[in-house]
Amino acid sequence: MAVGAHYGARDWLAQRVTAVVMTLYTLLIGLIVLWHGGLDYASWKAMFASTAFRVVSFLFMASLLFHAWVGMRNILMDYAKPTSLRLSLQVAVVCVLVAYAGWTVQVLWGHA
Amino acid sequence: MAAVERPVVKPRPIYLNLLAIRQPLPAIVSILHRISGALLFAVGIPLLLWFVQTSLASGAGYATAFGPLSSSLGKLVLLAIAWAYIHHVLAGLRHLALDLHIGTDLAPTRTASALVMVVALLLTLIVAVRLW
Repeated sequence: MAVGAHYGARDWLAQRVTAVVMTLYTLLIGLIVLWHGGLDYASWKAMFASTAFRVVSFLFMASLLFHAWVGMRNILMDYAKPTSLRLSLQVAVVCVLVAYAGWTVQVLWGHA
Repeated sequence: MAAVERPVVKPRPIYLNLLAIRQPLPAIVSILHRISGALLFAVGIPLLLWFVQTSLASGAGYATAFGPLSSSLGKLVLLAIAWAYIHHVLAGLRHLALDLHIGTDLAPTRTASALVMVVALLLTLIVAVRLW
């Protein structure tokens, strides 16, 4: 867990950079769906078969998971006052995020 | 130089019942930003991963992934997640604008907050119309 006066500005910036990455990805997905005029299994499968799309999707998920960490940590810092409770919940959040990260790799590269 | 009078220390009135205070619109947008973010962390991300994984497994899996949308409960859950995502993105864009010192006066910040609320609800309404 980072302590001291140095991580605030870094996380502040990271929160915004990851937000922009996710917004652009969301627009990309929206455009792709509009371009196809909806989606079916074949085009959906073909889209996720492309390495470029898997990498871009992984970038989105990495941004999402880091963004979720900063956000959940800020929420817990504000509302979970007893240190033991706050630390426990923060550890739980980290565990969930690591599990999400493993699941993400499985989802993106675990199919043909 | 005249001695500076020390301010008289007296107990300040404490009135911090959040439910009794009438919150200004930017505060409502802000707390909804947090609530929607927590909802996306706890429910949105696992549902997204489940959906993509199931839909990519096979043609039958693709149908399974859309299966929950045939029930009202499934539709309501997706609608809640859709609102949370849309509100969170729009409220986030408002934050980015404020960071760039755009619309930091009282009147524009109220207008922008109202815009975030209304546009998020309208887009959610469009999702609802598509779902039902």
